Amino acid sequence: MKKDKKMTLTLPAEELMACGHLACQGCGAALAMRYMLKALGQKTVLCIPACCWAVIDGPYPYSSLDVPIYHCAFETAASTATGVKAGLEMTGDAETTVVAWAGDGGTFDIGLQALSGAAERNDDIIYVCYDNEAYMNTGIQRSSATPYGAWTTTTPVKHFKTQPKKDIVAILAAHRVPYIATASVSHPEDFFKKMKKAKDIKGTRFFHVYAPCPTGWKSRPEDTVKLARMAVQNAYFPLLEIEDGEKYTLNLKLKDKKPVNDYVRIQGRFRHLTDEQIGSIQAEVDARWERLLKLSV
Amino acid sequence: MKKVMMGNHALSYGAMLSRSQVIAAYPITPQTQVVELLSEMCADGTLDARFIKVESEHSAMAACIGASVAGARTFTATSAQGLALMHEMLHWASGGRHPVVMGNINRSMAPGWSIWTDQNDSLSERDTGWMQYYCASNQEVLDTVIQAFKVSEALMIPGMVVLDAFALSHTYEVVDVPDQAAVDKYLPPFKPEIRLTPNDPRAFGGLTGAEHYMELRYKLQKDMEKAPALIEETGREFEKMFGRNLGLVDAYKCDDAEFVFVTSGTAGFTARVAVDELRRSGVKAGNLRIKVFRPFPFAKVREILKKVKKAAVVDRNCSYGAHGIFFQEVKSALYGEPGTPPVFGYIAGLGGRDITTDSFKEVAAHALAKDRADEEIVWIGVKK
Amino acid sequence: MREKKAKKIVFNSAEEMPLMIASVGSQTHNLTGAWRNIRPEIDLGKCLKCGICWKFCPEPSIDIVDEWPVVDYDYCKGCGICAEECPAKCIVMVEERR
Repeated sequence: MKKDKKMTLTLPAEELMACGHLACQGCGAALAMRYMLKALGQKTVLCIPACCWAVIDGPYPYSSLDVPIYHCAFETAASTATGVKAGLEMTGDAETTVVAWAGDGGTFDIGLQALSGAAERNDDIIYVCYDNEAYMNTGIQRSSATPYGAWTTTTPVKHFKTQPKKDIVAILAAHRVPYIATASVSHPEDFFKKMKKAKDIKGTRFFHVYAPCPTGWKSRPEDTVKLARMAVQNAYFPLLEIEDGEKYTLNLKLKDKKPVNDYVRIQGRFRHLTDEQIGSIQAEVDARWERLLKLSV
Repeated sequence: MKKVMMGNHALSYGAMLSRSQVIAAYPITPQTQVVELLSEMCADGTLDARFIKVESEHSAMAACIGASVAGARTFTATSAQGLALMHEMLHWASGGRHPVVMGNINRSMAPGWSIWTDQNDSLSERDTGWMQYYCASNQEVLDTVIQAFKVSEALMIPGMVVLDAFALSHTYEVVDVPDQAAVDKYLPPFKPEIRLTPNDPRAFGGLTGAEHYMELRYKLQKDMEKAPALIEETGREFEKMFGRNLGLVDAYKCDDAEFVFVTSGTAGFTARVAVDELRRSGVKAGNLRIKVFRPFPFAKVREILKKVKKAAVVDRNCSYGAHGIFFQEVKSALYGEPGTPPVFGYIAGLGGRDITTDSFKEVAAHALAKDRADEEIVWIGVKK
Repeated sequence: MREKKAKKIVFNSAEEMPLMIASVGSQTHNLTGAWRNIRPEIDLGKCLKCGICWKFCPEPSIDIVDEWPVVDYDYCKGCGICAEECPAKCIVMVEERR
């Protein structure tokens, strides 16, 4: 028994997210929020459109967070955040960090226009997309972030999604925003470090955060962190940073890149896939990884 | 200071004198000069505001709402298709109690593409919980923007200042531009009780169950019901300071009138000319121009119209499948009141077709010849 | 962090409700421990005090008390991430008996 040893905490102890929230068991999005708030601290305002977090925080008149939230319309995370930032600045608060916190549907699909507008104007906001790869809050419908092969309630097994996932990071890079980072709930220290870094940058900062969803992926709740870790280690979801749309940094070199098969096989949403189909996922992952390697030299 | 300016610039001056702090807007004909002048004002420091040049009207209103909840006085302007694109956010602004003020240039809805005036764009937003003011002169546009901020911020309900495309938006008139110091006295800075700030962390607009939603909307309606009295009060206050009254309605020669036109927007001024002509030919005519459409001035309309023998409502809009929208409201105001006059409903001037004094004379000839209002709609000037 | 087990808020009239739709209290009245059908039990004898269970708890319902991890069963939903991630394998998920 390590009686006198202190607990090792690799993140600050202060919590700005309280218990009692409504996330499902093993929710990746809840972890992502917890880590982000640890990095940004209390002087933060969140704009949350329709997404799981619109529910997770708790119904009126309650909240689970110790930072203010504006629950905004589905397609307006970026535009609302832009307005909030301007409003705060005009009333004497230039210090508070304004965050648009949206799911993949609100980012890849319905909110893309507003996000593109904010990014092009380089509005001074942090936009975080927590990606669980489908419309989970409405009950698991496909979004343009849903990967090839996945079952959802609108891509049933007989007609599973045959298009690959939209490359949102490349879209944002094309806007040449000052800072883009990917992060995974399996690597909170990396997420924390990047968020701290982003906090001190002016302009539009974009985070793509991998947030497994046991409910929608038909995976075991206890596998959330494991799945996120596997996705990082097999380059399905590489950890990277892009500065000014040009300077790519791969945060993990992955000398021993794992195959995607193990990752795919423990998720119910991919259960119907043949080895050949999984092979095509592997090919897509490999091609993107090669592309990123070239970009990051 | 007197200045010759177009209606659109009267909106810009109103927003500037009100010391708008955040403006988010997207261009659309016939609104563009509003935001062009405001851009200049922000650029040269005449106005200390942040102008967010958004990529759509939907984002314009979203950004305005964000700025407003953060505690800033917020303005935007749009028209027709732009207003329709904003529709979702209009509910958001009123439901969330964000006192944004917006200018809307009345333009007909496409298709076919039209940039000319009628009121179906703003009247389609009737039930969004916004106050709506219909203006008839550039002076009224400028003055009403200032008043609208005062009323909206007192009640935490957004307000829409509406003017006709081209007939007002692009028409140059002499406007008395009030003194900034006097406007500052009339309209003090916006200081909301609660706002979006880390100093008082709250979640705004969260999931609201059936046990709370209805009370929140009840409060909106109750506050909306306070608006008519507040508009009259702030209108009188405005008159004391600036010499011009801003009321709910503009009653022209209604006191002894037996036959009254009910109008809105610039057609309300054209109607005055027709009233004078009718009076010369022996008809005791009057004109009731309704300025505030939401909240609808039911009591005021009832008070004036119950004394007349006939009323003719001229609508520059149509609720397809029903009839003119002001017509519906006027009938609703009079319903159940003993001794009310027959009310005739006319539709004129859609898609920018002129409403002239002849149009009003045609209306008068029709209404005066009949005992009963037995037609739901009479179309004026349509080639049948 | 807010106090745990905040009170439920009851509005008896529209008048009591703020004008804006703004929260007035904490969601911690909602004891999510009731969702659980398996519970984590920590064998402190094998605990390395690595903090990994604390770090990966999505609630977060693992508190650090006197330098030891302690599960707050009022809120733990029983997802099992702590047991899965614990490098010392000192957390086991056992069936909840109520």
